[in-house]
Amino acid sequence: MSCKKEISFTLNGRSVTVTIPVDMDTLTMLRDELDMTGTKLGCGEGECGSCTILVDGVSVNSCLMFAVDCDGREVTTVEGLITDKGKSILQEEFVNHGAVQCGFCTPGLVMQGTYLIKQDPGLSEEEIKRGIEGNLCRCTGYRKVIDAIASAVKKTNAAE
Amino acid sequence: MTAIQNYAAPTSLEEAVQTVAGGGTTLFAGGTDLMPQARSGARTFNPLLVNLRRIPELRGIARTGEEIRVGALTTVSEILGHGLIRERAGILADTADCFASGQVRNSATLGGNICNASPAGDMIIPLILLDAGADLASWSEGRVTGRTVPVADFFTGPGRTRMEDGEILTGVRFPVPREGFTARFKKFGTRPALDISVVSVGIAGVKEDGALRDVRVAFGAVAPVPLRGRGTEAVLEGQVLNEAKIAEAVEAAEREVSPISDVRASAWYRNELVRTLTGRLLRDVM
Repeated sequence: MSCKKEISFTLNGRSVTVTIPVDMDTLTMLRDELDMTGTKLGCGEGECGSCTILVDGVSVNSCLMFAVDCDGREVTTVEGLITDKGKSILQEEFVNHGAVQCGFCTPGLVMQGTYLIKQDPGLSEEEIKRGIEGNLCRCTGYRKVIDAIASAVKKTNAAE
Repeated sequence: MTAIQNYAAPTSLEEAVQTVAGGGTTLFAGGTDLMPQARSGARTFNPLLVNLRRIPELRGIARTGEEIRVGALTTVSEILGHGLIRERAGILADTADCFASGQVRNSATLGGNICNASPAGDMIIPLILLDAGADLASWSEGRVTGRTVPVADFFTGPGRTRMEDGEILTGVRFPVPREGFTARFKKFGTRPALDISVVSVGIAGVKEDGALRDVRVAFGAVAPVPLRGRGTEAVLEGQVLNEAKIAEAVEAAEREVSPISDVRASAWYRNELVRTLTGRLLRDVM
């Protein structure tokens, strides 16, 4: 049994404190310790992107990140995209474009899409394709996902 | 399996080298290699787990005089987007652009890619081309001391380096490439994203009066370590590139690599790739 450590960090705008084994990955902490099951375990080795979260605003594979390294940082999961106004623009566009089939890859794609739009509000279609290369969808392909992100880019710019 | 007995997240280099001075440590930064290796059982933890991510001295990209230093904690994304790197050492950014995926680039650090010591480690190839040195720090006689090992000589086998217990890689340094420096990197995999190189090749040199000087050649995933291609360099040094010279270099390249067959490719196929990619890069430089 590995030693444990108490850490505190901001999760979707709220501060949390949790004691976890130091070799635990962030995804397991989110799902099993904090009951935040929106983030999915796909491959567990950084190939599929289903577990994508934002840490200090940057997208990472939570399955590869040591949970202890969340200490003092700001973590956003798919649950954190919902505000008082409801779904985010990108989430709405995933719905409008039917960019969901089984839905397992969706939280990761939404998080990566959120990151890409924040990084570059003028994102081109080619940049979207390149940007989601770390997210695998095994149902239906990427066309609707790309359209949803492209549409969110337009609407985000129009809203500002 | 050894259980982890202690965890440390030092916040200065001095604290860090004191923390690791006793040995028996497993160091991590981004975690992108260590986490899956630990989960699969390929690597076991030592009693003291040390998180290096909070050490400010390990960060930053800066030019000092005729040298560029890149801190070990610099992520692959930071290299990809950095103005000084793109302008003066574009080969590092070009290689970063072929590295894994956006999410992994955001986590993976340059220091981690070096210390993981995979023969297929992408970022190592451009560092060899740039004549980079790896800066190691340790605690000795009551102070932080350091030494520098050329990246080309840093590796001793798959997953093994000259870095000793008690040492921390703080960053890499390389001379600012001079006017006319040109470099190419090509990695071959089955898909553009998230692939571990089946073979990678890097070539660099300074073009002067039609000839290539200060030639550097490096190969990934075709030897127990990322390999500096000294035999191929010797064939090319000071020469004007033409088809005959390229053919000679391709032969030299095949002679000095020693690929193995594994899940990703056979030794025969890797040899073919070394020939093809070396020829292609040289024609591109010509």
